[in-house]
Amino acid sequence: MAAVISLQDIKRDFIVGSETVHALRGVSFDIQEGEFVTIMGTSGSGKSTLLNVLGCLDSPSSGTYLLDGNSVREMSKDQRAVLRNRKIGFVFQNYNLLAKTTAVENVELPLMYNSSVSAKERRERAVNALQTVGLGNRLEHKSNQMSGGQMQRVAIARALVNNPAVLLADEATGNLDTRTSFEILVLFQRLHAEGRTIIFVTHNPEIARYSTRNIFLRDGRITEDTINHNVEDAAAALASLPPEE
Amino acid sequence: MNYANLFKIAFKALSNNKFRTFLTMLGIIIGVASVITMLAIGQGSKRSIEQQISEMGSNMIMINPGGDRQGGVRMDPSAMQTLKLEDYEAIVSRATKIAAISPSVSKSGQFINGNNNTPSQMQGVGLGYLTIRQLQVESGDMFSEQDIASSAKVCIIGKTVVDNLFPDGSDPVGKVVRFNSIPFRIVGVLKSKGYNSMGQDQDNVVLAPYTTVMKRILAVTYLQQIVCSAVTEDETQNAIKEITEILRENHKLRDGDDDNFTIRSQQELSSMMSSTSEMMTVLLACIAGISLVVGGIGIMNIMYVSVTERTREIGLRMSVGARGRDILSQFLIETIIISITGGIIGVLLGVIATLLVNIIASWPVYIQPWSVLLSFGVCTITGVFFGWYPARKASSLNPIDAIRYE
Repeated sequence: MAAVISLQDIKRDFIVGSETVHALRGVSFDIQEGEFVTIMGTSGSGKSTLLNVLGCLDSPSSGTYLLDGNSVREMSKDQRAVLRNRKIGFVFQNYNLLAKTTAVENVELPLMYNSSVSAKERRERAVNALQTVGLGNRLEHKSNQMSGGQMQRVAIARALVNNPAVLLADEATGNLDTRTSFEILVLFQRLHAEGRTIIFVTHNPEIARYSTRNIFLRDGRITEDTINHNVEDAAAALASLPPEE
Repeated sequence: MNYANLFKIAFKALSNNKFRTFLTMLGIIIGVASVITMLAIGQGSKRSIEQQISEMGSNMIMINPGGDRQGGVRMDPSAMQTLKLEDYEAIVSRATKIAAISPSVSKSGQFINGNNNTPSQMQGVGLGYLTIRQLQVESGDMFSEQDIASSAKVCIIGKTVVDNLFPDGSDPVGKVVRFNSIPFRIVGVLKSKGYNSMGQDQDNVVLAPYTTVMKRILAVTYLQQIVCSAVTEDETQNAIKEITEILRENHKLRDGDDDNFTIRSQQELSSMMSSTSEMMTVLLACIAGISLVVGGIGIMNIMYVSVTERTREIGLRMSVGARGRDILSQFLIETIIISITGGIIGVLLGVIATLLVNIIASWPVYIQPWSVLLSFGVCTITGVFFGWYPARKASSLNPIDAIRYE
């Protein structure tokens, strides 16, 4: 199996006033294709910084980061933007859908910034992605006509539409109630089963039970990196929830 | 990045917020509409002044005897006797830049037809006078060369005189009226010209052969005035120079002597009056220009607020792969769409407002094509100029901060 992500001694320093804050103090790990990794840590542990680095939104101060074979640290802002467009799918805690815009247009968005995709192909791929997340019947619903779970599904479809090397979820269930959270987790597990590489950044240790590998961060360092041999089935957990009133 | 996509994105963003888009456009709409309307009013009044002046005879040149002193007393130019028939004849035979020429002598007095009478001026003129003053004969005929040669007691009269002397509406041609107890046969009636821009009634006029007026009424040998028209308006200055030379030679003036005649042209009058209205046009254009700039600032204002309001959206676009320049282009395209659409609406509104001004206030208006192009161009440039700063700000946002902006 090829390493989709390879981090080698990644450091990220911020200068705040006259002080230097070491957000990441040398993080190294590889993520293979098809893994479902949760990155956990309390606030201040550096997980947001790590997410920004992994998502090519930020560039590390030192170390090497290879994303699908591309060395990110040497890249310019524009090159990283193009790399995000082709290799990464983001899922955010607060969905970040465009207001007053239909589901299918929201999903088309990443492809709008890829001129090699024609309008027809863009539409087809957006519809396919929405069908994958179970919203094939809500293509023309606008973002303000949907529930939180539905909006997060649209966001996941948007993350999938460019067929990314890695799916980056940032507290993707943080704004959802328990039942909807499990529904989203079921979806992530299904995508994982289909071969997607998923990185789920969260402070909620419960999520770890449903992923194949757990990385714990503390004070900018990895304190634990374990393979979960006993992955629980989110669908079963969903079924065991008390019925809705 | 492909511009068709950016255009779609920008258009979508604008149509998602129609009211804000409309508000942004409003400044440009009002700016462009006021530029067009005000320039149309300015140009309209300028053209109407120019037209009135050219109706008075656009390339007319007036030669008057100059003021001079007799025994230490400065005399009124009209009492001077320096302008003679020989001068007229010399100009006729030698000037090359003159299209028409006529001597002019006049006497005010009462015209009498039976028990109707009216005060008017008996003007003694030549045949060229009609061309110079742009008068036309409505009925009957102009008096002839023969009438001039024989100092015939004939005249051609204007509409006001006709109305006053023939209130019953009978045809005046062929009738006889008296002036200073001398009977004159009316040979023709002039077409009405109405009042000129100075408020003078151009129809209160009686024309007779200059020979008749000089010999039978005034009993003088000198002329009060010679009027002529230059071949073209541009040649007016050359014609004046030519006439000056002829007259100086005729009057045997030495170098260094002052002219004992004065030559005036309509051109000076027309340039003076059109410079007045030119100034008004500039003034109106300034006011309109200010409103256009205010419109531009309106665009900047709302775009700037819109960038702040849409920080999250910008962050999201960046995180899915929009580069800084894509965001910059998107916002610039938005302002260009706003200013061009606003410009088009403004042009339409301006034309409608201009027509309304014309219909309701019945002011003369004239929409010049360049004023439309100018205001349209200026509004697009202000749009881009004032849209640049907010767009620049949007494109330089850090995606990490933007996406988590609350």
